[in-house]
Amino acid sequence: MDTVAQLVILTLAAGTPLVFAALGELVTEKAGVLNLGVEGMMLVGAVVAFIVASTSGSPWLGVAAGMAAGAVVSMIFAVVALSLMANQVATGLALSLFGIGLSAFVGLDFVSVVIEGIKPLAIRGLSDLPVVGQLLFGHNPLVYLSFVLFAAVQAFLYRSRAGLVLRAVGESPQSAHAIGYPVIAIRYAAVFFGGACSGLAGAYLSVAYTPLWVEGMVAGRGWIALALVVFATWKPWRVLAGAYLFGGVTLAQFQAQASGSAIPAQYLSMLPYLATIVVLAVISRDTVTIRLNAPASLGKPFHPAG
Amino acid sequence: MIRLEARPEPSRTFRWASPLIAFGLTIAIGMVLFPLMGKNPFDALHAFFIKPVDSAYGVGELLLKASPLMLIATGLAAGYRANVWNIGAEGQLTLGGIAGGGVALALHGSTSPFVLPLMFVAGIIGGMAWAAIPAWLRTRFNANEILVSLMLVYVATLILSILVHGAWRDPEGFNFPQSKMFTESAILPNLLPETRLNVGLFVALAVVAAGWVFMEKSFTGYQMRVAGLAPAAAHYAGISSPRTVWLGMLIGGACAGLAGVGEIAGPIGQLQASVSPGYGFAAIIVAFVGRLNPVGIVFASLLMSLLYLGGESAQLNLALPSAVTGLFQGTLLFFLLAADVFIHYRIRLRRAARSTAPA
Amino acid sequence: MTLPRTPVSDTVSDTGPRLALSGITKAYPSVVANDAIDLDVAAGEIHAVLGENGAGKSTLMKVIYGVVKPDAGTILWEGKPVSIANPARARRLGIGMVFQHFSLFETLTVAENIALSLDRERAGGDLPARIREVSARYGLPLDPDRHVLSMSVGERQRVEIVRCLLQDPRLLIMDEPTSVLTPQAVEKLFETLRRLSDEGCSILYISHKLDEIRALCTRATVLRGGKVTGACDPRRESSASLARMMIGGDLPRPQHRAAKLGEARLVVDGLTLAADDPFGTSLSDLHLTVHAGEIVGIAGVSGNGQKELMAALSGERTVDSPGAVRLMGTPAGRLDAEERRALGLAFVPEERLGRGAVPEMSLAENALLTAHRQDLVRNGFVRTDAVRGFAAETIAQFNVKAGGPDAAARSLSGGNLQKFIVGREIRQAPKLMIAAQPTWGVDVGAAAQIRQALIDLRDAGVAVLVVSEELDELFEICDRLAVIAQGRLADARPTRDTNAEEIGLLMAGSFIAAGTESGRRLSPAGAVDV
Repeated sequence: MDTVAQLVILTLAAGTPLVFAALGELVTEKAGVLNLGVEGMMLVGAVVAFIVASTSGSPWLGVAAGMAAGAVVSMIFAVVALSLMANQVATGLALSLFGIGLSAFVGLDFVSVVIEGIKPLAIRGLSDLPVVGQLLFGHNPLVYLSFVLFAAVQAFLYRSRAGLVLRAVGESPQSAHAIGYPVIAIRYAAVFFGGACSGLAGAYLSVAYTPLWVEGMVAGRGWIALALVVFATWKPWRVLAGAYLFGGVTLAQFQAQASGSAIPAQYLSMLPYLATIVVLAVISRDTVTIRLNAPASLGKPFHPAG
Repeated sequence: MIRLEARPEPSRTFRWASPLIAFGLTIAIGMVLFPLMGKNPFDALHAFFIKPVDSAYGVGELLLKASPLMLIATGLAAGYRANVWNIGAEGQLTLGGIAGGGVALALHGSTSPFVLPLMFVAGIIGGMAWAAIPAWLRTRFNANEILVSLMLVYVATLILSILVHGAWRDPEGFNFPQSKMFTESAILPNLLPETRLNVGLFVALAVVAAGWVFMEKSFTGYQMRVAGLAPAAAHYAGISSPRTVWLGMLIGGACAGLAGVGEIAGPIGQLQASVSPGYGFAAIIVAFVGRLNPVGIVFASLLMSLLYLGGESAQLNLALPSAVTGLFQGTLLFFLLAADVFIHYRIRLRRAARSTAPA
Repeated sequence: MTLPRTPVSDTVSDTGPRLALSGITKAYPSVVANDAIDLDVAAGEIHAVLGENGAGKSTLMKVIYGVVKPDAGTILWEGKPVSIANPARARRLGIGMVFQHFSLFETLTVAENIALSLDRERAGGDLPARIREVSARYGLPLDPDRHVLSMSVGERQRVEIVRCLLQDPRLLIMDEPTSVLTPQAVEKLFETLRRLSDEGCSILYISHKLDEIRALCTRATVLRGGKVTGACDPRRESSASLARMMIGGDLPRPQHRAAKLGEARLVVDGLTLAADDPFGTSLSDLHLTVHAGEIVGIAGVSGNGQKELMAALSGERTVDSPGAVRLMGTPAGRLDAEERRALGLAFVPEERLGRGAVPEMSLAENALLTAHRQDLVRNGFVRTDAVRGFAAETIAQFNVKAGGPDAAARSLSGGNLQKFIVGREIRQAPKLMIAAQPTWGVDVGAAAQIRQALIDLRDAGVAVLVVSEELDELFEICDRLAVIAQGRLADARPTRDTNAEEIGLLMAGSFIAAGTESGRRLSPAGAVDV
């Protein structure tokens, strides 16, 4: 098999959960809400997707259930942070801790279960074409879904009226309220979408990427997705680029391990986390760009007076 | 129609009632959850909250687990009050454990009374060094300390793993990823016979007391509170923002590092692949439940410790998964944050008054 | 765009009022903002709603615009009872509103901003072309593709007005529209409003500026403490008689003696500072001297560098050149806020809550914020009793209405909190006092007290610098006046040798040579329209 095509496929496969989670969080943050619960929502999505996939036998049903589960737990965050105006940082942390606990609890009986996951496409004829066959038609179906999600988010934010309203709410909830938009309802919707995307990201991990359930299997990808949104300065196409960059880093780690490198595996496992830190520092130092692109009301509670 | 209405003054009553309400609601959730798992809820509650502490040993365990929690939470509270969001205490604890453990292994067999103090100093430095990274990146590059400190948790765990799998592995340990057992001089003296409780409790209480004096009485503590409540006011008053970040992170790191030494020189007695059952994260909840106040934190840490023990006891006595502890911890924090709304708002029931009939 | 073409030149129409409110009541926990208010507005009439801060004007307008739901009362729109549940409903009825604190989105373009407040149908089609057309017709030039963050305050107001005009309004609410304009720009705005009125659009004009109301409006309703206290034809009233209706007494006039100048306490010498915020204004080559025993005022339209200048003087931002800011003769450019206070500087910032005071903290704790040098801290520990004592004395000396030193700062009214902050700064015996917008949003009584306190300070030989957008206030208390525009400062001149006309031209940037556009290029937000 063509090694370049294989590398591309593996990179995209590793980057896809980050694409899902970070695009969802990007939409949430564009509405001015900082939900630090991505890690927890991903874990809940992953465990629910796995349970449903293994009991029903349908991985696709699992994916749908994972999305729904992510969306449902995100609503706990929404009630506490939006309706009850709690500190968003603390509430997001609570959601992550809750998701870690909940997923471990729910998934106990499924730890050594084996399921048939969602496999990469193998279209007779097309996927076997030389060079481009694998490159175009050899990915996991969920990878194609992530492309669709990217296009949809991009079009929604910058081409639709609803997207304009969402951005306006994130920019100035006071102004949006003054001209008559239901700020809290719009923020609920944005959090819901973010939750569903995180659930989808988790589902991808547990029924497609590595079809199994292990406690804490998201392994910090939720936090990396949060960092990616900053790295992307809230632009969808940069989320995509960043996610695949991290996919590449993860891949380098596997490749080095597979090639029997003398370096202990743990050093390579550190790479994604260290890369995140470096990238955050490099992007964040440009405060002007951050200020111009970050939703102005990010993380601030809003209480419509009157 | 139910609406929230701002109180003219924050309610002191609710400030302290809120944790109790949250705890009550968490128990209520348990009462719903246990029957669903086929357990008698009262047996479960007994197993969770009474059984673990019905013996001297149990009380010792309660205090033993509460010590690192109160220690770390006090350090975190100093930062959280100043809006410095260090959530990487677990990593700082690990680094403290590594540094302290390094000293213990280097002085293995020594009978000097300075081994333990040296370990503590090393642990504090280790924790502070790990916390200094997000502090530096935040003050120098404006990088978000939440994400950086959290990423460093994973890195710290991997460093510990490298050490116990490699250079520091006990050659006679049947290839288990753990170091040699520490010798006498590197182990905290026991406090109560028949229990595992050690003098680490006094260290923790002393730090909590010092933390109270610092946060409530010192001018620097006041300045950090201003920085947290109103950054523009802090700027106006000439309170240095980098200094606040550095102090907030380093205090948290020092306390977590200290707690790490308390674990390896206490109940564990050696370095293992994991030196904490998530104390660094549970302490975040303790800090909030304790109202970011050292006195409150002491009580909150006992509660959280009981949740840990309850989980173990429920597993032993009722075959309930111990993961239920994590679930309860998260639920407790959610309810707390939700109940906190009543500190600043009150509920108004109101008939929807409309100006006139619709046009 | 189809405005009703009914020729309306008289203020009273035969078809009855366009809008009639009766018994509108709205209560908040601590205050009844509107208490059984009756008001009617005829077609094509420019109707003033007059009242001081906190009289309930803004709440009433929000009720009409559907932002706030009244507890009781009825609204008749063109004779029919209506319920205005939200602003979208108000707009469909033909009610438009221009907000005092603009409801614009900085990072969006003009066209996007306008689209947000239009119905889906109206927002479609060639919106930019319609924006150009309407803005040209009313003499309010606008580029639909520009981002709001690059626009001056006056331009932003144009966006708000054009946004309303595109909805074919039959009632336009203007909430304190002139507080951000130069006197000349105010005159231009009035022309537009008169033209709209001639075309049959009713205008509700909210203001506390008596001269403007007398020049523009044909009818006035006066509010005080949430109640209607009078209705009149402002053209037939004097400012004094309007003021009596508004505050229930005469306007207090401060005592003012001739200045006895001492040494220079503040010298700004070639201060240049790049904006630290993409929405900010850069300062370029500022010169200013303030002597002991005088009050110097800085006039200007907001957003022209006042914020940056205050930060550079207070030490919240430092400058590289130590000599650019000299305090009491000491080069202080590189000193931080704390070090400058040690030299004898006191500073009252524009924002009271969140900057001048910590909202959640008690007054005692807020006293400690800047007054800790008054022996309130020893060996690094706070002397709680001394702090409470300091706060209690400040409360007593400056007539602050508060529940005592333990009351939270945010529980105080704007005026009382401002008196506390001013008092806290004055009680530290400063050599130089800098105050930004000292009476902004403060009731008349407290404003008079604060002005008098500044004058007393000057008489006691303190150097005082006041930055304000209220020209009347500056003319009332200042010995000399300087003007800031586009991040540049016009030389200070004696107040008695100048007038509002001249200051207005300076505020528009007339003193900036045509060739030096660098200030404007660096900071579009600082631009001003004449």
